[in-house]
Amino acid sequence: MKMMKNMRKEPLTDTQLLMSITIGIFIVMYLVAIIFLGGGFLHAQQIFDMLNDNASLIIVSCALTIVMIGGGIDISVGAVTSLVVMSCVLYLNSGGNIFVSILLALGIGLGFGLVQGFLISYLEIQPFIVTLAGMFFARGMTTILSVNPQKSEHSGFEKLREMKIEIPFLGYTAKNGNFVPARMELGVVVALICVVFIFILLKYIRLGRNFYAMGGNQQSALMLGINVKRTRFFSYVISGLLSGISGYVFMMHTGAGNATNAAGMEMNAIASSIIGGTLLTGGVGNVIGTFFGTLTLTTIKKIVVSSGLNDPWWQSITTGGMLCFFILLQSVVLGKRAKKKNS
Amino acid sequence: MENCLLKMRHIEKRFPGVLALNNVDFTLRKGEIHALMGENGAGKSTLIKILTGVYQMDAGEITVEDTAVSIRSPQDAQNKGISTVYQEITLCPNLTVAENMFIGREGGNWVRHTEDEKRADEILKLLGIPARSTQQLGSCSLAVQQMVAIARAVDQNCKVLILDEPTSSLDDKEVKMLFDLMRDLKSKGVGIIFVTHFLEQVYEVSDRITVLRNGELVGEYLVEDLPQVELVSKMIGKELDELSTLKESDEEDISKKEVLYEAKSLSSSEAEPFDFTIHKGEVNGFTGLLGSGRSESVRAIFGADKVTGGNVTIKGKNAKITRPIDAMKHGIGYLSEDRKRDGIIAELSVRENIMLALQVMNGFFKPISRSESEAFADEYIKVLNIKTASRETPVGSLSGGNQQKVILARWLLTHPDYLILDEPTRGIDVGTKLEIQKLVLKLAEEGVSVTFISSEVEEMLRTCSRLIVMRDRHIVGELTGKDLNQAQVMKTIAGGEA
Amino acid sequence: MKNKKTHGGLGQLTIPIIALALLVLFNVVRDLIFIYYFKDPNYVSFFSIEFTRNNLDNTVLAGNLISIINGASELAILAMGMTLVTAACGGQDISVGAAAAIAGSVFVKVLKSSSSINGGTVAIAFVSACIVAMLFGSFNGTLVAVFKIQPMIATLILYTCGRSIAYWINGGATPTVNSPIITAIGSFIPGIPIPTPVLIVIAVSLLFKLIFKFTSLELFTQSVGINGSAARLNGINSTFIKLLSFIILGVCVAFSGTIGVSRLGLINHETLLLDIEMDTILAVAIGGNSLGGGKFKIGGSIIGAYVIQMLTITLYAMKVSSTDVKAYKAIVIVLLVVLGSPVVKAKFEKVLSYLGLNRQSISTKGAQ
Repeated sequence: MKMMKNMRKEPLTDTQLLMSITIGIFIVMYLVAIIFLGGGFLHAQQIFDMLNDNASLIIVSCALTIVMIGGGIDISVGAVTSLVVMSCVLYLNSGGNIFVSILLALGIGLGFGLVQGFLISYLEIQPFIVTLAGMFFARGMTTILSVNPQKSEHSGFEKLREMKIEIPFLGYTAKNGNFVPARMELGVVVALICVVFIFILLKYIRLGRNFYAMGGNQQSALMLGINVKRTRFFSYVISGLLSGISGYVFMMHTGAGNATNAAGMEMNAIASSIIGGTLLTGGVGNVIGTFFGTLTLTTIKKIVVSSGLNDPWWQSITTGGMLCFFILLQSVVLGKRAKKKNS
Repeated sequence: MENCLLKMRHIEKRFPGVLALNNVDFTLRKGEIHALMGENGAGKSTLIKILTGVYQMDAGEITVEDTAVSIRSPQDAQNKGISTVYQEITLCPNLTVAENMFIGREGGNWVRHTEDEKRADEILKLLGIPARSTQQLGSCSLAVQQMVAIARAVDQNCKVLILDEPTSSLDDKEVKMLFDLMRDLKSKGVGIIFVTHFLEQVYEVSDRITVLRNGELVGEYLVEDLPQVELVSKMIGKELDELSTLKESDEEDISKKEVLYEAKSLSSSEAEPFDFTIHKGEVNGFTGLLGSGRSESVRAIFGADKVTGGNVTIKGKNAKITRPIDAMKHGIGYLSEDRKRDGIIAELSVRENIMLALQVMNGFFKPISRSESEAFADEYIKVLNIKTASRETPVGSLSGGNQQKVILARWLLTHPDYLILDEPTRGIDVGTKLEIQKLVLKLAEEGVSVTFISSEVEEMLRTCSRLIVMRDRHIVGELTGKDLNQAQVMKTIAGGEA
Repeated sequence: MKNKKTHGGLGQLTIPIIALALLVLFNVVRDLIFIYYFKDPNYVSFFSIEFTRNNLDNTVLAGNLISIINGASELAILAMGMTLVTAACGGQDISVGAAAAIAGSVFVKVLKSSSSINGGTVAIAFVSACIVAMLFGSFNGTLVAVFKIQPMIATLILYTCGRSIAYWINGGATPTVNSPIITAIGSFIPGIPIPTPVLIVIAVSLLFKLIFKFTSLELFTQSVGINGSAARLNGINSTFIKLLSFIILGVCVAFSGTIGVSRLGLINHETLLLDIEMDTILAVAIGGNSLGGGKFKIGGSIIGAYVIQMLTITLYAMKVSSTDVKAYKAIVIVLLVVLGSPVVKAKFEKVLSYLGLNRQSISTKGAQ
């Protein structure tokens, strides 16, 4: 009882505040969609569709969240995702083994993470330039592997791909009277596991908390006895690893490698993180927020489409507007907080 | 000497061109609060940095509880039981109080939130710190943040706790809380080194005082043996030497000259309202110890902080100064106290640094031509005897004294009517100090009004014809004529009695 | 002290010039191998420049070097503006590609809605494009200078929706403009053998030179970027300087957009100057400018732009396909930034000074 009282009294931390704003706006937005657009938004399948389509985006957004909490940036994630898809599809089509293909995906991601992390942390090169080069390299390697789209023809993998988790009680009865259970792809499970794992990492593991300290105030982190270089290095290694996982999940969703896969995904991931309450200045953010940030971003696009604004340009305009709204909101909210404290 | 915690003997530290510490001794006993006093450049921060492992001493020895130690890094110092709480908080504002207390110390890979929070709450309660362990540090007041830093140090079993200017951004109530905490720690046997520039606070809480001046030990005293006035004179006083004849003896009455600048109840976000007048060709000074409000007041004159009220008249006309550029347009120049942060543009050349203020006044669309700026730079490099490889050398690579001359040149080039010099002689060699003082008098002869601030009273006595004395952010006296002597200044700074 | 000066005589420009020199050297060696070792009679030297006649029957220059300086035009112009933004704000604008698409669309829209295309209407179209680009620049600039949002985040907004705005301007179509004037802007002016975009780059860099000569932009920008607090105490309005840098970048964007549109004679909002923001930032970095702001050299960024283009054309000459170029480019970039990194530099200097000391001791020994 006393514990509860204590908890209620505690004002939110910056991270919690920004996350709550995002979740609140997401819920309001979704309710508005149900009221005005009804139909599809009422079905649980709508949410599962959004998750199915965006599992890999959720994963790379988590990667960006980690890096951004540490005060850095990684724009190679989309390109690495694309490279992983292409490499794995080609490997599987050449008669490879599924287990090895997973290792291949993780290995490519890890390789990028290690090299980029080393250059950024130990040679002190700007993260933007290093990961930009990483992005170029991954994109270039993808087209070197194959300019043409490659479809997966590996029977075992196709079986894995077809595996869907059915949740009957969230299903609905279609117009023709057939009952359709809610379907979730395996990739979504992987994405959710990633979210949970990173949540634990950031909250309960020393390394994760060191990310916050490093992003909050690098000088202080040093004085508090944190090995800042090693911490930064690990943030990029984890980001690389997650890009590898994201690639595999992407492949499970599309089943084909294409040079233009995951184009612009890095910016979508940055946008998701920002909407989810991560600050590029570092030290503030949370994967739960990022998860809802991704959903918010997807929902707004769905709403735009459902409102009959079919042109794709409406989507990016609303995304841009949304970003602008969130960035200004955060700047105002945190600015007010700082002022209140000073007075 | 029983219960002796820390002994520093014959400490010597040399920086290029300066002997920062010369044969300094310092002793700290168990369960005492020991104030380390001295004005700018006295060497106290160097001594602290040697003790915390930021600098390595060139000679001398340190013993902790009678064992000789060498301190290699801040981490090393902590392991040996020497913890420091700095003026600027070195914690992470985005983490919670408990996280800040335990981060970077725990073994194992897991963060034990409940355990840490419980332990943190215990310590906070024990020390009477008004904070909750789950609170975000950034939402606490600065005082509490400072106390959390102390709590962290205490929990690390520190024997020696160094508090470096801990009270400079705290209000009275917060200071009281901090002092209670310090007394509590003292009773637990911790030795506290207290660095501050507030005299009252020293007398309120300390047991002993060690005074440094110009890198040398003046002496160690029990508080009750050292009245406030004597302390001040030990910190800043020196027998006036032959240089005191610097000022011309034929003093005409400056107050008969026209008033150049007058402020009525001028205030800023940092300065309490004050009145101030300066006449043409007058050299006056703001004095008072560090933190007395002397710098904040002159910053308000220049519009460097947010001006919140007051009337200003310049040459008899109303003037509105809210930004530095307004002041500059009214012929005011300001050499700031913090040369590195507010003065030099380190990567730009000597030439560009010299021309900067004039260029700003000329305006965006009237750039000074290259040849013109070269001529200016050459002229002032010669006039002020600036030692630089060339006029295109980045100013950051010059010595402190020469950097200061470059900034002086910057303002002289604007031909100001009124020049404010906040600690122009800080951290520079004796020869340059004298040059700058001579320059101030020469400017006054040419009709420029100057406000001169220095930590060394004799410098001000030599140059100023009027001294405004500040204490606790208020003007407490104005000295002219025959009152302008060391004893009177000390008395006013230290406060009425004594 | 003296030693240091002779050492870094080029200072900031060391890295870009070395990069350029290495690329030239590489191509020279390659030329020599093909000509003297393989004795390939069909081999054309990388450096050959010749007069050819184009389809409009103009005598024009052609060759790899011409492709390099021509192809890098948009990049060079954007890099000049980006240098200013970087110096003043300590961050980069990632929306220049999208903004160029908007400017190009406005350019075409105005041309399309005028009855005939002549010198006057082209001028009006360009001025309109300029104004629109400056407006978007001030939008970015306001977020950065007034709301104190980091440049990358602030410009992410326009990056996300810029090309859609461009799409909307021309109603989703990709209209073409056919006019000798547009062709002249995009390729050659009859009678002048040098590509027009190159002339525009020269004009824009002269413009910058004039701005620097007749205003204090350079000094103020560097002061704000190096030490904002000191700049403020010296009366510099840093908000204005930051905003101005974004507006000037807007003008550069309009120039690039116009050139891009004129090359093809059409506006494709999706592909016009795609991904150029990344190359632009790279050009600034290769030019030896700190991405954290402060001291800058526009010349370095221009050289940086040509380094990137020369690298691309060299790779093309080696029959690397246009899509694969990125991978090789990345490797060269990493090598360049590793060489320029402070840590590596410090290590390198240590080695050098060690060698230097040795040399000195040897020479003194020799003297004895």
